[in-house]
Amino acid sequence: MTAFPSPELLRDAQAKLLRRRWFFRDCGVAIAGMAAATLLEKEGLTASAPNPLAPRAPHYAPKAKRVISMFQAGAPSHLELFDFKPELAKRSGSLPPAELLAGYRAAFINPKSTLLGPKFAFRKSGRSGLETSELLPHIGSIADDICVIRSMQTDAVNHAPAQILMNTGSQQFGRPSFGAWTLYGLGSEAENLPGYVVLTSATGTSGGASNYGAGFLPTLYGGIPLRGTGDPVLYLTNPKGIDREAQRLSLDTLNRLNELALDAVGDPEIASRIQSYEMSYRLQSSAPELMNLSGEPKAVLDRYGITDPAQPSYARNCLLARRLLERGVRFVQLFHEAWDTHGDLVNRMRKNAADTDQASAALVLDLKERGLLDDTLVTWGGEFGRTPMNQGGSDGRDHHNRAFSMWVAGGGFKAGHVHGATDDFGFNCVADPVHVHDLNATLLHLLGLDHLRLTARHQGRDFRLTDVHGHVVQGLIA
Amino acid sequence: MHCIRVVATSLVAFVLAGGALPAAEPTPDFEREIQPILAEHCSACHGVDGASRQAGLRLDTRDGALAGGDSGPTAILPGKGAESLVVNRIRSTDPTTVMPPPETQKPLSDVQKALLERWIDAGAPYAPHWAFVSPKQAPVPEVSPPAAHPIDAFVRAKLPAVGLEPSPPADPEILCRRLWLDLVGLPPSADDVAAYLRDGHDATVDTLLASDRYGEKWARHWLDLARYSDTNGYEKDSPREQWAWRDWVIGAINRDLPYDRFVIEQVAGDLLPNATQDQIVATGFLRNSMLNEEGAIIPEEFRMVEMFDRIDCLGKAVLGISAQCAQCHTHKFDPLTHDEYYGLFAFLNNTHEARSSVYTPAQLEQIGSIRARVAEAEAALKASRPTWEAEMNAWAEGVKAGLVSWTALEAIELGSVGGLNHPTQEEERVILTLGMHGPEIFVVTEPKLTGVTALRLEALLHGDLFQFGPGRHGPWALGEVEAFVQRPGSEAWEKVTLVDPSADFSEPESAPPPPADKPNEKRSIGPVANLVDGNHGTWWKADRGPGRRHQPSAAVLRFEKPLDLPAGTKLKIALHWPGTPSLIGATRLSLSTAPSPTAPPIDHACILALAIPAEVRTDADRAAIFEAWRKTVPELKTAEDSIAALYQQWPQAPTTILHLAERDQTHARATRRLDRGNWMQPLETIPPHVPAALHPLPAGAPANRLGFAMWLVSPDSPLAARVAVNRAWQAIFGQGLAEVPDDFGTRSPVPFQRDLLDWLAVSFQERGWSQKHLIREIVTSDTYKQSSRAAPHTLAIDPTNRFLARGPRFRADAEVVRDLALAVSGLVTQRLGGPGVMAPVPQNVLDYNYGGVSWKAAEGPERYRQSVYLHRKRSMPDPLLSAFDAPNGDIACARRLRSNTPLAALAGLNEPVFVEAARALALKTLRDGGVDDETRIRHAFRACTGRLPNGDETATLLAFLDTSRRRIGDGWLDAREVATGSLGTLPALPPGATPQDAAAWTLVARVLLNLDETVSKH
Repeated sequence: MTAFPSPELLRDAQAKLLRRRWFFRDCGVAIAGMAAATLLEKEGLTASAPNPLAPRAPHYAPKAKRVISMFQAGAPSHLELFDFKPELAKRSGSLPPAELLAGYRAAFINPKSTLLGPKFAFRKSGRSGLETSELLPHIGSIADDICVIRSMQTDAVNHAPAQILMNTGSQQFGRPSFGAWTLYGLGSEAENLPGYVVLTSATGTSGGASNYGAGFLPTLYGGIPLRGTGDPVLYLTNPKGIDREAQRLSLDTLNRLNELALDAVGDPEIASRIQSYEMSYRLQSSAPELMNLSGEPKAVLDRYGITDPAQPSYARNCLLARRLLERGVRFVQLFHEAWDTHGDLVNRMRKNAADTDQASAALVLDLKERGLLDDTLVTWGGEFGRTPMNQGGSDGRDHHNRAFSMWVAGGGFKAGHVHGATDDFGFNCVADPVHVHDLNATLLHLLGLDHLRLTARHQGRDFRLTDVHGHVVQGLIA
Repeated sequence: MHCIRVVATSLVAFVLAGGALPAAEPTPDFEREIQPILAEHCSACHGVDGASRQAGLRLDTRDGALAGGDSGPTAILPGKGAESLVVNRIRSTDPTTVMPPPETQKPLSDVQKALLERWIDAGAPYAPHWAFVSPKQAPVPEVSPPAAHPIDAFVRAKLPAVGLEPSPPADPEILCRRLWLDLVGLPPSADDVAAYLRDGHDATVDTLLASDRYGEKWARHWLDLARYSDTNGYEKDSPREQWAWRDWVIGAINRDLPYDRFVIEQVAGDLLPNATQDQIVATGFLRNSMLNEEGAIIPEEFRMVEMFDRIDCLGKAVLGISAQCAQCHTHKFDPLTHDEYYGLFAFLNNTHEARSSVYTPAQLEQIGSIRARVAEAEAALKASRPTWEAEMNAWAEGVKAGLVSWTALEAIELGSVGGLNHPTQEEERVILTLGMHGPEIFVVTEPKLTGVTALRLEALLHGDLFQFGPGRHGPWALGEVEAFVQRPGSEAWEKVTLVDPSADFSEPESAPPPPADKPNEKRSIGPVANLVDGNHGTWWKADRGPGRRHQPSAAVLRFEKPLDLPAGTKLKIALHWPGTPSLIGATRLSLSTAPSPTAPPIDHACILALAIPAEVRTDADRAAIFEAWRKTVPELKTAEDSIAALYQQWPQAPTTILHLAERDQTHARATRRLDRGNWMQPLETIPPHVPAALHPLPAGAPANRLGFAMWLVSPDSPLAARVAVNRAWQAIFGQGLAEVPDDFGTRSPVPFQRDLLDWLAVSFQERGWSQKHLIREIVTSDTYKQSSRAAPHTLAIDPTNRFLARGPRFRADAEVVRDLALAVSGLVTQRLGGPGVMAPVPQNVLDYNYGGVSWKAAEGPERYRQSVYLHRKRSMPDPLLSAFDAPNGDIACARRLRSNTPLAALAGLNEPVFVEAARALALKTLRDGGVDDETRIRHAFRACTGRLPNGDETATLLAFLDTSRRRIGDGWLDAREVATGSLGTLPALPPGATPQDAAAWTLVARVLLNLDETVSKH
């Protein structure tokens, strides 16, 4: 994905140059273009613009160089998965204490709904004795590799704004996503693949394409969906009747003509376009090669729980994520939009856990065995949690933003560790709260990026992923 | 990369030649050298924002700087740099005292420190920020040779200093294509080029500006800023009808509506005297915000988000300032305080989120005719009955005397069993069901009344409803009303029976068949009795038909036994609608203690009007009383029947529009400053007012949204014309004279060609804010006409063409790229206006929409409409257009950043419409391109790029054509499949051509459509 930078990237340097140029001119000293060229060089610029996706050094030595985000959209219930509350079980069916609800706003339910005890048993696993739900035996089995955060907090209580907040650090649309910031900060090391890849299972997400967009950054920093059906990359397949040889001959002709134009016109964008077409040709083989799991041993497929490698599934996406990370892709993000359990909680939790547990754990183990886990950040979680109060009947939970759970692993995170705690109802955080902004600051930190320094100017303001918030959570870091 | 090496070599040459450095050290220029330092390094702590100001010192104004701060008045001592505290602190080597503090990570360079010191030595002269002072025309520079066009004089005057010379003019054919792409977004045909060569540049400019296509091209730039979309955004992202506004923009640009008027009508067209439907449609501009319909949202929370978006949009589109910062706190570097932000907000806050029908011109005429004939009939009726007024008044007095009093219920709890709804209770106890709403609500009240005999339900008008209601979306129906009582100390709700329903109006009963799975269940629509029959499948409906649909109604339901509802006893009313589309948007519930109340069979509008003292009744109130009265007079039945028949002819509008409507004075909404922009933390009330640093409200302007609109584009505005002129320049040259088109504040660099920008801005205003004039001025300059070829040394000095020593060259906007392919292949369908057209979208994109999507790609000529008419879905940006950087409409976009990616390459090669264009271009070339391959190559190449190919290019293409023919002939490729996409289909061949020709030419055409020169404006 090589391309020349947009004017945006050159803007600061250009602005400096203009001010300096003016300075010379109004000093009454005749200067010619050479002075400008000298300045250009001093400013570290050359006439041919730098590649905006070229790998860049972070602010300081990183713990991790790539990210796999397993986004459980729709908001999984922490009370059924990671945060066991015996007291809630005991008081199931009674009203929550009044002081708990002061100033509280639920999305759907009347806050004065009765409490609903956890629907599943929990058990301890690993040397760390991490307590996880019976629904997650595989994640339980990697207890000593992961760090569970039980004190996540967010500001939004409706899905789309909360997903956007989780992914872009703002409830307002139009900001760059975490993956876009990561590419902007670190560039891409993938030769024949995009630097930020998105894989979706279940259904589309509430936040839609804005969850992985580039916001006000150049579009080439945005996430590129790799699709489980049809063309993995949009328009990858040649039109009917055009074989690979015809494509090669077409591109040879196209490139030759574009080179002639480049010689005549001298616009570096033409060179960039030639490269883009060449890259598109390489993608036509690299993307199908990536998606083709026939070379994966059966043991690997079994470990991920992939029954049919040709069928799209969360499990297949997890294995694809490993293959992408191996190929140098900087940021891989899985979206599994399935967790919005206002009703039918028991059945849907069972199904979603069955769809995601084994593969999520397998990915961590696989990365570990391949020596990739140490410098890969792994995150697993949704946009908020669920209420300890029931919704409708006795088999549903509403949205809850004051406390929820996530787990993270690899890349410098503590392993076999639980961070933070909630009260007896899983309602409020009572120890070490971690806001979305804090998590994002910490993730950037582990990538070697200072969240205060990773800024992009837009409309005169230096924007950050963490806006004006965020603290690196040292307690999460090994 | 041959070219790059040349560039690098020449760069070295220049470096070796060296640049002389200045010997003297003159006074630094505040605007270009000092202000940027202050804005970047000092303003966050020593700027506009008093709340975050450190040490009591502000440096953004001279008065502030000289007054000093906590350390006394020594911060800046004019003439004495070395003694000034500021210099002392910036030169400090002690990390605890050095400024800016190291933790801000904004250290000053030695050059900057020296500049500041020299500036103070020179007396620390300040100047107001250039963009906040009205533009003035500087004298047009004298250049040699003399330039006839002021643009050329300004541009050329600055070239020698940077070692550049203007480029020669582009070839006429290239220039013709450039002009076409810039003015109408389409390439010229061979005939168009011939006309250009015959008529000349200026005449062609006039022709193109007069074309309908001009508005379609230039609307797109405004649509980006207006975040135009055909869906609501967020999770539901459901379709909205807003294309009438898009067509309004196209029309306004085509008729060259002066820019000030263009803005005024969009911000406040509804408040203009005798506002037309067009002017109301124009206010759809600010309604283009995203609309959250997710279940369980609180509508007010997201109305606030929309309001923030509207300010952001106006900041970017009209004011050219970044207002967003001041949403949460006083701006750090530009003069916009937190209070002033909400002052702007207050101008816009007093609006309804209205939605109305949009009629065609013929329908508007028909409505006018219906109204006239109704008025005639009414006049005739009055003439035939001279005593009508006295009779009516007597009748009205009688009705009034018979009315019982009702106590409107205040909800102590309001919600829905499903939890999906957050109804709200507004002034006059009206319950609104806005947002994403399910079909039931309950209202809990504590009436503190005894002997309650009846419940009245009113369906009322409200500005936030479609056509002002009462239906949320159109005709409404109500299925069932239930009442429950909860006694003190009990948790249980006891159902109470409602009987004897009556209504002001019920439509005649209709009885649809029962549902298939419940063959014995009764279905009935109309009678009010259906409200209390225990069957949710039978409905009360009071639709008075087309022209009379949108008026209030009332039903009265008696309690079987009088109810005592003392303090502590709660009454719960549950309302069940047949479905979301039938919601009543505004409901009021009231109780009466009168014996046996009923709803009189008199239109409720009349009952409401009678409750108003006669002297304050409006025309509408009087009309309602008159209409209700005459319906009671048997002798007037014939006349009334003919009036009713006229209303039945009311036309059905083809579309609707989201627009603004002002709330009436009695329901004006107060604006509160919001702590950190949080809607749940309102602070003090803020009256509408404009920022002190900008121009005042125009004299005599009303203190409302209309006055605000006039202020935005007042002749005194320092920003409006500059921002508009800069936008047009950006569209044509690829970058603005001010490079950040939505931020003219202190953080943005002062434009290199500021005098030119200001000259154009003044000229724009003097010429009546005519965009056509402005564009003509730009594209008739020699600067515009220059060749875009860049000599290596030009490229080295000016890689981004900021100095304009060559013509513009850049990849065209997404819409133009697609329209180009459609045009050169002859597929394009050119037609002005209409609903959005769905482009083909791959199934694997459609499959991943939250909640699914209903999508049917257009077929036939509609499929090839120009891209401005494509249906835009926010959460599923068009995959083709977004590959070429079209924004998705989430927020206002003032500048598209152009990327150059493999995804765009794949789209150009393989996207279905592009492939169809390649096949069509092949056939068109075989038909019209001449008799031999070489002629055809030349013909097709010229259609795509605007010029004839040279020998190398022709040879390259001929070789490819031959190779392709051979591979087809050898059976490697199937001719039919390549030429049509299907093995069994024959292409529609021109005479003499074979399927093999069509296939080989399809491959050639596909290459031609993807040439850099095809997708670029050059």
